[in-house]
Amino acid sequence: MSGSAIELVGIEKNFGRTEIIRGVSLEVLQGERHAMIGPNGAGKSTLFNLISGRLTPTAGSIVLKGENITGLAPHEINRRGLSRSFQVTNIFPRLSVWENIRCAVLWSMGYRYSFWQAIDRLADVSARTEHVLNEINLVDRRQIQAGVLTYAEQRALEIGITIAGGAEIILLDEPTAGMSRHEAEHAVALIRKVSEGRTLLMIEHDMGVVFNLADRISVLVYGKVIACDAPARIKADPAVQQAYLGTTA
Amino acid sequence: MSELAQTATLTPARGRLRSAAALYGLWIATAVLFIVLPQIFTSGTALTTMSLMGIAIIFALSYNMLLGQTGMLSFGHAVYYGLGGFLAVHAMNTVLRDGLPIPLPLIPLVGGFAGLLFGVIFGSVSTRRAGTAFAMISLGLGELVASSALILRNFFGGEEGITTNRTKLFRIFDLSFGPQYQVYYLIAAWCLICMIAMYALTRTPFGRMCNAVRENPERVHFVGYNPQVVRFIAFCLAGFFAGIAGGLAAINFEIVNSAYVGAGQSGLVLLAAFIGGVGFFIGPVLGAILVTYLQIMLSDVTEVWQLYFGFLFVGMVMFAPFGIAGLLMMHEPLWRTGTLARVLPAYALALVTGLVALTGVILFIEMIFHFTVKAPDGPMMSFLRIRFSVATVLPWVVAALLVGVGGWLFRRVWPIATGAFHEALAHARERRQPA
Repeated sequence: MSGSAIELVGIEKNFGRTEIIRGVSLEVLQGERHAMIGPNGAGKSTLFNLISGRLTPTAGSIVLKGENITGLAPHEINRRGLSRSFQVTNIFPRLSVWENIRCAVLWSMGYRYSFWQAIDRLADVSARTEHVLNEINLVDRRQIQAGVLTYAEQRALEIGITIAGGAEIILLDEPTAGMSRHEAEHAVALIRKVSEGRTLLMIEHDMGVVFNLADRISVLVYGKVIACDAPARIKADPAVQQAYLGTTA
Repeated sequence: MSELAQTATLTPARGRLRSAAALYGLWIATAVLFIVLPQIFTSGTALTTMSLMGIAIIFALSYNMLLGQTGMLSFGHAVYYGLGGFLAVHAMNTVLRDGLPIPLPLIPLVGGFAGLLFGVIFGSVSTRRAGTAFAMISLGLGELVASSALILRNFFGGEEGITTNRTKLFRIFDLSFGPQYQVYYLIAAWCLICMIAMYALTRTPFGRMCNAVRENPERVHFVGYNPQVVRFIAFCLAGFFAGIAGGLAAINFEIVNSAYVGAGQSGLVLLAAFIGGVGFFIGPVLGAILVTYLQIMLSDVTEVWQLYFGFLFVGMVMFAPFGIAGLLMMHEPLWRTGTLARVLPAYALALVTGLVALTGVILFIEMIFHFTVKAPDGPMMSFLRIRFSVATVLPWVVAALLVGVGGWLFRRVWPIATGAFHEALAHARERRQPA
């Protein structure tokens, strides 16, 4: 099963006359951990927004597991098995940690807009929520309002909300940004664990994290993918060094 | 304010049985309270007041499904209350005319379904937007219906409204619903049913997602939900319960007129929910009780009661944005650890000085009102059963002294009161720590 999880074909995105994404074609294989790197302003987050439906591409098409999802709303894409996290923490700040995760598991378990079932009696929902809290190590903090968690805990919760629905394809936007080395190590271990058996596409600035975690790396520079290959070859690629790592040697 | 985990306080599986038992106990206690209230407050005025409170509670709770639960600020919620009332009145008249076997206690359901229907119609337009745009659309729709009420005379009855007679409907258990106490019990029963239903709604997948939409609609998209659909369902259900309240009002007054759907009614329910505290399920209940009480009591005591009402609202928004329920919940840890007694002396001090200053302010307002608006009545007026002339200097000096001295003392005492609170809170936290 090495089909493509996500396939971008000639994606372009303009904001007015500013071209942010200038023809990106990219294939993320099923089951791989794929990292996207590139300098600030290269369009990495914009590309994530396009894939997850937050933005609609100006041109090109996005194919998810063989199905064209271009122009679908974010919740429709989510229901097709793609879940994402955000670079700037995007949680439900005044809800408890428990509620945050529970809200994220409900749809995938088929409860939809049910207003006739008592939520506390849904044993499968509680079990799944408990399981996710365990995975992100926030069991002890379940009662706390998400907004008062520490930064690293909020990042973990962000990942928890992303994986809670059991999506096969996960997009993580700079999951370790702003963390101390120690916290980042924890986060990497967490990401490794939760991406087991799934497809992962992540944006990351920390090269240590990228080369440690990724099966393949894409390099995005000024709205174009200039390289897409295994980590060792990316490191050795002169074009990447020229454009991104800044070494002309 | 982080303690204000509000209605979202979770119930993990462990404490579930105990909290369920506590909840059932609470509802039974409420039912008992509703039953015995007319035995405690026996006067006719009290019975009428309590009937209105019951209606106001349903209405305010339905409003809070939007504002408190889903984060939708509506300026036109009276539309669903009023249209529920009109449909209920027409239903009653139809039942009367055709002698249909539909008893009065079921009439509020007609109001409810009318509210639901118009919620579906208007909600399909207004809930496409959130935030300010939603608020503006709700205001526009409110104005639209309010002005139609004066134009479509056949349905709305113009200025006079539509009257009915609740006593001549098909009878069950030989209840005529002529006496007010029978109407009170009908309202109380519906009030209890609606309270339980609306509380239960907050404990469903949909209810939880309402809170998620309130907190962060964008993130809701990325967990598979369409926030627009959540808002729409919330809007329709809020319309349903508002319609039940309207139907009960129609039964209670035996008349429905254009004021039911107007901006005044929409504003009143907003005030009630906000003063009570929109962040708590119990908040709008407290707000509805207080606002109804003030509406009836204050208007007897003073002609400028709306002015005081406005002061109360502004004061709450500025100094207690979490409402009465918020103030009460702030003291919950103290009450739980038995440290509440420590703050009471300081609170009493603040209360007394505050009341002195407040009396001065009220005296000023009443004298100015008497001096200007009611000048033709002569200079004599009475305040707290004391008769005096506003044309003399003394009462003005007294008012100034009350405000000055009371205010000065209050400002000295206030830090003591807040200090006592924080000290008791710290103590309560310490006590809870080892557990």
